[in-house]
Amino acid sequence: MAALLKKFGRLPVLALLALAIYPFAPVLDWGLEAATGQALHIDRQLVNIFIFSLLALALNLQVGQAGLLQLGIAAFFAIGAFTTGVLTVEKYPFQIGFWGAMLVAPLAGALGGFLLGAPTLRLRGDYLAIVTLGFGEVMRIVLLNLENITDGPRGLNPVPAPWLPTVVRELLSPGGDASIGVLRAMYFLALIVLAATVVCLNLLEKSRIGRAFVALREDELAASCMGIEPARIKLAAFTGGAALAGLAGCFYATNLTTTAEPNTYDFNYSIMVLCCLIIGGLGSLRGALLGAGLLLGFDNVVSPLLTRLLQTALGGESTHVMASFSNWRWIVFGTALVVMMRLRPEGLWPSSRVAEELHEAQEDAA
Amino acid sequence: MLDTVLQQLLIGLTNGMVFALVALGYTMVYGILEFINFAHGDVFMLSAFVSLTLVGALGLTEHSSAGALAGGLVLCIVASSLFGGLLNLAIDRVVYKPLRKAPKLAPLVSAIGVSFILQNVGLFWGGMSMAIFGGGGQAAAPKAFPNLLPAINLLGANSKVTLQPKDVLVIGASLVVMSALYGVVRYTKLGKAMRATAQDPSAARLMGIDVDQVVAATFLIGGALGGFASVIYSLYINTVHYQMGYQNGLYAFTAAVVGGIGNIPGAVLGGLLLGLVRAFSDQFIGAQWQPAVLFGILIVILVFRPAGLLGSTAREKV
Repeated sequence: MAALLKKFGRLPVLALLALAIYPFAPVLDWGLEAATGQALHIDRQLVNIFIFSLLALALNLQVGQAGLLQLGIAAFFAIGAFTTGVLTVEKYPFQIGFWGAMLVAPLAGALGGFLLGAPTLRLRGDYLAIVTLGFGEVMRIVLLNLENITDGPRGLNPVPAPWLPTVVRELLSPGGDASIGVLRAMYFLALIVLAATVVCLNLLEKSRIGRAFVALREDELAASCMGIEPARIKLAAFTGGAALAGLAGCFYATNLTTTAEPNTYDFNYSIMVLCCLIIGGLGSLRGALLGAGLLLGFDNVVSPLLTRLLQTALGGESTHVMASFSNWRWIVFGTALVVMMRLRPEGLWPSSRVAEELHEAQEDAA
Repeated sequence: MLDTVLQQLLIGLTNGMVFALVALGYTMVYGILEFINFAHGDVFMLSAFVSLTLVGALGLTEHSSAGALAGGLVLCIVASSLFGGLLNLAIDRVVYKPLRKAPKLAPLVSAIGVSFILQNVGLFWGGMSMAIFGGGGQAAAPKAFPNLLPAINLLGANSKVTLQPKDVLVIGASLVVMSALYGVVRYTKLGKAMRATAQDPSAARLMGIDVDQVVAATFLIGGALGGFASVIYSLYINTVHYQMGYQNGLYAFTAAVVGGIGNIPGAVLGGLLLGLVRAFSDQFIGAQWQPAVLFGILIVILVFRPAGLLGSTAREKV
């Protein structure tokens, strides 16, 4: 324990411990339920946050660490989700279950990333942004229109819950309530994978290839003079990010028990993930986690609360479009992007390196 | 078969004109600042809401008198163009201008933010309690824009190819506006300053050109073109929707890239090409594949000829 604390720092280890205990002792839920009289199911929200964090980390690898502006991360998320769907639903003969899909979905994402990245990564920043945006739209339209394969707007379902040994199942739901068991299984699976991903990405950052990402982001010319091959390193970052997004997609579909309709994975979704990174801090792992938490927290906790307040203030059930706070969502996110870019481009919780880079650039310009 | 082809050519041409007008706004800004103004499509969308609001306020319908319709139309064009231009200018002043020296990512991300804010404003605007907005109950629903021009076939009632007055208006008015723009850029002092700034901003500044003013003029003109396009688009398509700016903006941007971004004749060429491709793909492949076809073209062009059809192939220095 002491060794762990020393190796990773106090905060991550304690946070992980707290999250590991939470489903068995949801103190926050008890408190809030006592205060508001409504069950909030924070453990359910946390599963979503874990999965969304995985996706944010995937984008962070591409945009934050390697500096490849990609606006179509939802496409790779969709590839993961639909691969999982095809491999597990009853409609198809494969039915390999969650564990198999969890291995194949990242491979499918990586393949997509490789095929898109190989010809396009040499494009300059803003053109790459547009190509990835276009790819995201093409993917959504293809998934929507290939109804024979994807069931079109209905999406593939039901995606089965992960198979678990009886011992584990009984451990997770002592009372024998199957739905709680499934929820907790997803909770711990997502938490374990997220924690493992964070550890791996941390190691990657310090590795030879991780330092190559940063070198390329800071100065491509100088990096290539030092013997770094930009094309290969960029492709590695892009493919790696796409694989991680595919894994996140697998978790997403399993947690929802459906691949959801293809229109879920639209441009706005990609931008929401980017929004997380910008708020938290591009290129910073902790920033990506913070951003994911803040964004989903806003959508699922703050926004409904404010809507309720607004409704009470207006005296009853107003159906006006402005009376529901969820309709203010894009103004809030848009303003967040604009304000962050102006006042704090390094994000709320940046890695020290990126913050320095940005301020250096500003001083150079000034 | 020939009739179908002719009809699709006509549809492609009219659609292409609208794309070209919006594409000009992207290409002019990119030519000078090397920055993709993501919010341009949403300026186009809000300008259309201005027109719709005016049409509602004036109580214009298909059955209004010819004089009232003509006056209302001119008023819509003036108001929407002004609105589009001033809104674009204001956005540049408030959001982009402080970021001129920041890393390239900053203005791009800010523009995405502005685009979201404008879309949200469009959603709220659609909730206005005017009759023309359907009373405001369904804010997100598409709004009908009345067909203010007579729905007759100029080629005779028996012709299989339909050419309506609105087609003539779209093509004619677009040609006039584009020629005017070409005149301004080619023959006026402002146009010369714009071309010089696009070539090399610091050299232009040394020659005594007020670069800030040139940039402001570019945003103003680009936004006004978008506003103008929004009126003829609404007249042509007869629907206004708060998300129309996003998709049409992306198509127009594709047109600008196809023609060679930063290149004014290229934007017009790209717009027309894209309009034609869209019309024929809708007819022969299926409208549900439209975005996939158009964005597929965008990806292919960017990969194989990133400078576009008319763009120079000079490499970016660093």
